[in-house]
Amino acid sequence: MACIEARGLRKTFGATVALDGANLRIEEGRILGLIGPNGAGKTTALNAILGLTPFQGELKVLGRDPWTERDRLMSDVCFIADVAVMPRWIRVSQAVEYVAGVHPRFDRAKAESFLARTTIRHTSKVRELSKGMVAQLHLALVMAIDARLLVLDEPTLGLDILYRKQFYDSLLNDYYDRSRTIIVTTHQVEEIQNVLTDLMFIDRGRIVLSCTMDELESRFVELMVHPEHVAAARALKPMQERQVLGRNILLFDRVDREQLAALGDVRTPSIADLFVAVMSPAGQAKGAAQ
Amino acid sequence: MNTQSNVLSESLESQAIPPVISPSQRVYWSMRRELWENRSIYIAPLSAVALVLFGFLISVLGLPHKMRSLPALDPEHQRRAILAPYEFAAGMIMVTTLIVGVFYALDALYGERRDRSILFWKSLPVSDLTTVLTKASIPILILPLLTVALIVATQFIMLVLSTVILMGAGLSAATLWSQVSFFQMSLLLFYHLGTVHILWHAPIYCWFLLVSGWARRATFLWAVLPPLAICFVEKIAFNTSHFASLLVRRMTGGPEAMPLPGRLPMDPGMHLTPGNFLVSPGLWLGLIVAAGLLAAAVRLRRYRGPI
Repeated sequence: MACIEARGLRKTFGATVALDGANLRIEEGRILGLIGPNGAGKTTALNAILGLTPFQGELKVLGRDPWTERDRLMSDVCFIADVAVMPRWIRVSQAVEYVAGVHPRFDRAKAESFLARTTIRHTSKVRELSKGMVAQLHLALVMAIDARLLVLDEPTLGLDILYRKQFYDSLLNDYYDRSRTIIVTTHQVEEIQNVLTDLMFIDRGRIVLSCTMDELESRFVELMVHPEHVAAARALKPMQERQVLGRNILLFDRVDREQLAALGDVRTPSIADLFVAVMSPAGQAKGAAQ
Repeated sequence: MNTQSNVLSESLESQAIPPVISPSQRVYWSMRRELWENRSIYIAPLSAVALVLFGFLISVLGLPHKMRSLPALDPEHQRRAILAPYEFAAGMIMVTTLIVGVFYALDALYGERRDRSILFWKSLPVSDLTTVLTKASIPILILPLLTVALIVATQFIMLVLSTVILMGAGLSAATLWSQVSFFQMSLLLFYHLGTVHILWHAPIYCWFLLVSGWARRATFLWAVLPPLAICFVEKIAFNTSHFASLLVRRMTGGPEAMPLPGRLPMDPGMHLTPGNFLVSPGLWLGLIVAAGLLAAAVRLRRYRGPI
C-alpha cells in the first residue's frame, strides 16, 4: 500500500507557485530523502502531507485527507518540523507526561530509556537546554511513538556534526523497522546518503527526479575521463560536465557502465553531485524530456 | 515458520487492542498544559488573596474599637461599615482574575504561533476544536469558578479572624455574624460570577481569543481599537452612541445582571432575579455571538502556522 499518494498537488501563495501540480507516490517502509533548493516547495509539500496547509489536487496520507483529518492522522504520523518548535517553557517531565496523556501510541518507558542515554534532566525547562539537547528530547519523544510515518523537515538544522551523526544513528538503529516510512528533507545530503532507500528531487514545485537508491546506483554513473577520451565521452551525451583539479568529470544517465569504464574511472555519483547535475539547466531539459 | 507465526500473532495482538485515548482525557491534558504554561492563572489570584489578607490582618486589630463605636450609627451605616472590607476583598480578587483572563485570552492563540510551538502541538493528535475550547474555558469557566472559591475562602478566613480578635477583646461576635450572613453572601457571589463573569462576559473573551488567533502582532490593539473605531464613526456619522452603550453594558454586566444599580453584587439587600436574566435577549444574543466567534477561532487555528 502507498503511504502517501498525491496527484496534481498544487499550492500558491499569491503569485508565487510553491507546488505546481506535483505527483508523487511513496510506498510504506521506505526512507525517502526529499531534496531541493531553497524555495523549491519542500516544506510546502510536507505541510500539505501533515495537514498544516490547504492545497489543491488529490492527496492521501495513510488513506486519509490530511487537511480535514489532521487530528486523527496524527495518531499515526509524527513530525519534527525543525529543532526550535518545542515550547520553551515546558519542563522535560511535563513534555513526556503530556505526550503520554494525549497520544495513544506513545510508549512512556521507551521515551524514558532514550532520555536516560542523554544528559537531559527531567526537571529542566526546554529553554535551559542546548540546541542539541532539545533535538534529542524531541527525537526521544517521537521515537517512543509507534507511528507509521515520520516526517523530518531539516531535523538537524544548526546542530554540530556529533549530534547530527547521533541523530541519524538512533533513527536507524532504534526506530526504523522496515514497516515504518520516514521522509527527510535536509541540505546536508551527504550525511543521509547511506540512510536513504529512496530519493526525490523537487524543484519549482515539481518532482524532477524520483528513484530508489538501487536505481540510482544502476542508472547514474560518474566518469572521471582520461584526457584522450574526452571527445568520445562527450559523444555519449552526459547530463553534466565539470572540471575538478584539471580533470573532466562527466555524469551519465542510463549509459552502459562497461562502455564508460573504458574511457576512465567510473563510480556512483554522490547525491550532492547528482543534485547539482539534475538542477542545472541541461539536466532539467533532460529530466523534462523523460 | 515459527518465528513468522510469532510475528503474525504479535502484530495481530497489537491490532486487536487499539490504544484509545478518550476526548475527555485530551481535554484534561490540554487543560494541564494551559496551567503549566500560564501559571498566572492561579498565582495572580492567590497573590491578591495574600495581599487582601495581609491588609485585613492589620486593619482587624482596630476592629474592637470600631465595634464599640457602631451603636452610634444608624442600622444601614452599621451594615455598610461591617461589610465594607468583605466587599473590598471580593472586588480586589475579581478585578485580578478579570485582568488575568483578558491577558490570557489575548495570548492564548498568539503565543503558540509566535514561539513556533504550534507546530509541536499540531504534531499531536489533538484537534483544533479541543484546543480552542480548552483555551476558551480558562477565562470563561475556570477563572470565575476559581474566583468564587478564593473569595469564599478569603471571606471565611476574614470572618474567623474578626471573631477571634473580638473574643480576645472580650466582645461578642454576634453583631458581626448577624450582619455578615456568610452563606447568603456566598450564594450572591456565586450568582454574580455565574451570570456576569461566565454567561454575560463570554462573547468578550471569545472576541479576544479570535483576535489572538488572527493578529500577527499587537493583539491588545487589534482587540480594543476596532470596537473603539466603530464607536467614533457612529458618533461622527449619526451623533449617536448605541454601540458604545452596548459595549459598556456588556462590560459592566448590564441591567439584566445587576438589578439594583449602585449596589455591589454581594450586597445582601440585593434580590436575585434569575428569571429576568434568563429571558433577556442580551444574554442569548451574546451567547450566539460567542459561539460564532469561537467557531471562527477554531477554523482560523487550522489555517494558522508560526508567525
